[in-house]
Amino acid sequence: MESVEVEGVANEVRTAYESGKTRSLAWRRSQLKALQRLLYEEEEGMFTALKQDLGKHQAEAYRDEVGILIKSVNYALENLKKWMTPCRVPVPLLAFPTRGELVPEPLGVVLIFSSWNFPIGLSLEPLIGAIAAGNAIVLKPSELAPASSNFLAKSVPKYLDSMSVKVVRGGPDVGQKLLEQKWDKIFFTGSSRVARIVMAAAAKHLTPVAVELGGKSPAIFDSLSSARDRKVAVERIVGAKWVPCSGQVCIGVDYVLVEEQFAPILIDQLKATLEKFYPRFDCLSRIINEQHFQRLSNLIKDPSVAATIIHGGSLDSETLFIEPTILLDPPLDAELMNEEIFGPLLPIITLKKIEDSIEFIRARPKPLVIYAFTKDERLRSRITAETSSGSLTFNDTMIQFACDELPFGGVGGSGFGQYHGKFSFDMFSHTKAVLRRSFLLEFTFRYPPWDAWKLPFMRSVYHFDYVTLLLRLLGLKRG
Amino acid sequence: MENPAEEEAVGEGFDGARAAVLVAGLRRGFASGRTRSYEWRAAQLKGIVRMIDDKEAEIMAALHDDLAKPHMESYLHEISLAKAACTFALKEMKRWMKPEKVPTSITTFPSSAEIVSEPVGVVLVISAWNYPFLLSIDPVIGAIAAGNAVALKPSEVAPATSSLFATILPKYTDNSCVKVVEGSIPETTALLEQKWDKIFYTGNGKVGRIVMTAAAKHLTPVALELGGKCPVLVDSNVNVKVATKRIAVGKWGCNNGQACVAPDYILTTKSFAPTLVDAMKKTLEKFYGKDPLESPDLSRIVNAKHFRRLTSLLDDERVSGTIVYGGQQDEKHLKIAPTLLLDVPHDSLIMKEEIFGPLLPIITFNEVEDCLDFINSKAKPLAAYLFTKDKRLEERFVKTVSAGGMLINDTALHLANPHLPFGGVGESGIGAYHGKFSFDSFSHKKAVLSRGFGGEAPARYPPYTPQKQKILRGLINGSIIALLLAILGWPRG
Repeated sequence: MESVEVEGVANEVRTAYESGKTRSLAWRRSQLKALQRLLYEEEEGMFTALKQDLGKHQAEAYRDEVGILIKSVNYALENLKKWMTPCRVPVPLLAFPTRGELVPEPLGVVLIFSSWNFPIGLSLEPLIGAIAAGNAIVLKPSELAPASSNFLAKSVPKYLDSMSVKVVRGGPDVGQKLLEQKWDKIFFTGSSRVARIVMAAAAKHLTPVAVELGGKSPAIFDSLSSARDRKVAVERIVGAKWVPCSGQVCIGVDYVLVEEQFAPILIDQLKATLEKFYPRFDCLSRIINEQHFQRLSNLIKDPSVAATIIHGGSLDSETLFIEPTILLDPPLDAELMNEEIFGPLLPIITLKKIEDSIEFIRARPKPLVIYAFTKDERLRSRITAETSSGSLTFNDTMIQFACDELPFGGVGGSGFGQYHGKFSFDMFSHTKAVLRRSFLLEFTFRYPPWDAWKLPFMRSVYHFDYVTLLLRLLGLKRG
Repeated sequence: MENPAEEEAVGEGFDGARAAVLVAGLRRGFASGRTRSYEWRAAQLKGIVRMIDDKEAEIMAALHDDLAKPHMESYLHEISLAKAACTFALKEMKRWMKPEKVPTSITTFPSSAEIVSEPVGVVLVISAWNYPFLLSIDPVIGAIAAGNAVALKPSEVAPATSSLFATILPKYTDNSCVKVVEGSIPETTALLEQKWDKIFYTGNGKVGRIVMTAAAKHLTPVALELGGKCPVLVDSNVNVKVATKRIAVGKWGCNNGQACVAPDYILTTKSFAPTLVDAMKKTLEKFYGKDPLESPDLSRIVNAKHFRRLTSLLDDERVSGTIVYGGQQDEKHLKIAPTLLLDVPHDSLIMKEEIFGPLLPIITFNEVEDCLDFINSKAKPLAAYLFTKDKRLEERFVKTVSAGGMLINDTALHLANPHLPFGGVGESGIGAYHGKFSFDSFSHKKAVLSRGFGGEAPARYPPYTPQKQKILRGLINGSIIALLLAILGWPRG
């Protein structure tokens, strides 16, 4: 796409926004309903696209993308009117008669960049929020998932208001051209490297941004006495490593921390679970492309890393398949332990005491999520109070993503800005403070000339000292 | 225990290396965990309250030095608001610090969820010169209430207040976690090169862009409190005496127009303009007398650079020709009198940039409708004001004009209400603060979900049989039956 074309798209969307139509409840509802229809009617199309881009099984596609979107759009439709309603705020009696309220309004024209691993989910989830908040939108899906990108480019204009919600396809050059335009908000999901470029471009226009990044999300695995609990816990860990998109997921388990005496139990259970889940590997997504395949292969090429592989390790560059791989105590200075893995390799790091996991995590950049499997209340409190992460989930994985009442986003290295549920609505809104007064009740001591006698009045006002104020007004108290 | 090397970090020759040492010290202070306790936060806030009480005279003197600010203004707009922010935070902080329980849905049953507020870590506050005391201490209060370590860089354009902070703040707060850095562009640049967990900047759009660009290198979230041209739309059906008083006190009673929320220009109908101008003249004479340059109730212009900037706005003959009141200047004392201009050309510089001074253009249109269009043709301001008794116009104004905040029938007051978020939108800024919004601005809201080991759903995992997929659909969409089947461990092995 040429610069002039990109500019044309931006102008069209801006004109659509300025017409005012995206602001009405009716428009927002109609768009969300249209999205509902798209999600039901185009299910097959989505499954096909995701299968093509990532080899995703349709159950995975439903569980992680389509189903989540249906839930989110239903939730938005249910709550839209409530979210749009201004809310009253208290005003001191002194200011009577005054009415204060918070009025949400759309920011205007929003630019959304989505990533390739959940190309439909991560495109439409922010879109839901932006529409609910009354904005016009340009969506730029990732070119690394071309089938999904094409799917969106075809179906979004078919169901939604194509003047106000546009999909722009292309690579980094198109992204760059889009960034040259002026937006009222930019929402970015992806890597830190590109996020820096986005934020720097946004700074030129003072455009607020939200960046959803990643990091190395750890799972702390405490000793669990019940075998059943251990089985469930390990299934959940596997369910956050290989099950979603072969580990190419920002809220996946990047590595596990366990006490060295329990490592054998954990490893055995992991192997058993992998066997149970993957009698064949046809349910496993593949690696997105050769570049990432190479990246992942390189992580385990290093002999000191390869030596720690205790399960899996086979690679097939033809099919871009990497077998679920477990490593036990790879060197902490290896790239594997310093970069977000984003693939089907699971390092297990052993510690003398499980409490050491807190220090281990704190020494590293704040992750998007920390998972902790434990029944120990003290450990739970310590983890909650002493670590920082976007989210913290005890005894399960991934599922926090499906909670509409919990904000989803990072902190520090894992990003900033939160969405999901009402947080999506707020993220794409400006909350305008409105104070309404009347002409009654003037306090003349507010005004110049500020003679000495006025100051004591103002002191009473500012201390909300109504009694003294009354006495002063009645002339019964001076100085 | 203070590291002696850190003492050097503040002051002369503050460069990148020293900035790094400063930040490292704050990180150590934060990592020690001491800023997290309620006791620490309350102690700092109480210290600030004591500081304001003990040093009220010094603060007023510094403000007078920097801006010739009348004592009443210093008291009303800086000292009281700063103290109120502290006492409000002290009163509410325990509640703000408590985790917020949130409901969970069938999808995650059984589970419990809460949102836990935690400090972001080490924050940088860069303040402005026009309310140099308030705009420095207010964000610092928020940062402390949220449990952060903080570095404050007051504006060098208000040097007396800046050096007062450098002297007194360390005496009343915990030095290892609250620091003041004085300086100008080189020092600010050195600070901006460091990695912070949040940067809070108050000032203009040009520097706001520089701050955000620097923050982008570290992906540091920012709050930018900027400005803009705050319009006042005056309808004809108003109590014009009260209206002009409220406009005047919001304009010239706020640092002689050098305030981000001061009315920048007035819009009204051609037919009402004469009445409005007349009433405004009477009000101004009542407030400031026949010789406003002599009035002790007007701040001076902050420095020669801004004085020249303002007077040059009047250089354009098309503009100076429209002066209907005021216009007196005293370059030696950096004083400019309240000046009214009627119908300056829309393309003149005075109508393009934020005035930030005592010049008030009045623009007239035939219809009120045209006034609204005019406002919406300009960048979104920090505040927009409307004077009217017409409820329908009021509703239209609130619905169609976008601004950081809005007041109907008054000006500037909204920043004194801690229940209202104070901040801009578009060119007027990013983020908001005051009251709980300050606390939130410097916090990370961590989502914490707790589950047990019961209620396992094999349907989540491969191999993906058709029965599993059915249950999964039900589960995600909150179906009770799906939940029951899942709880019963369906489908089995």
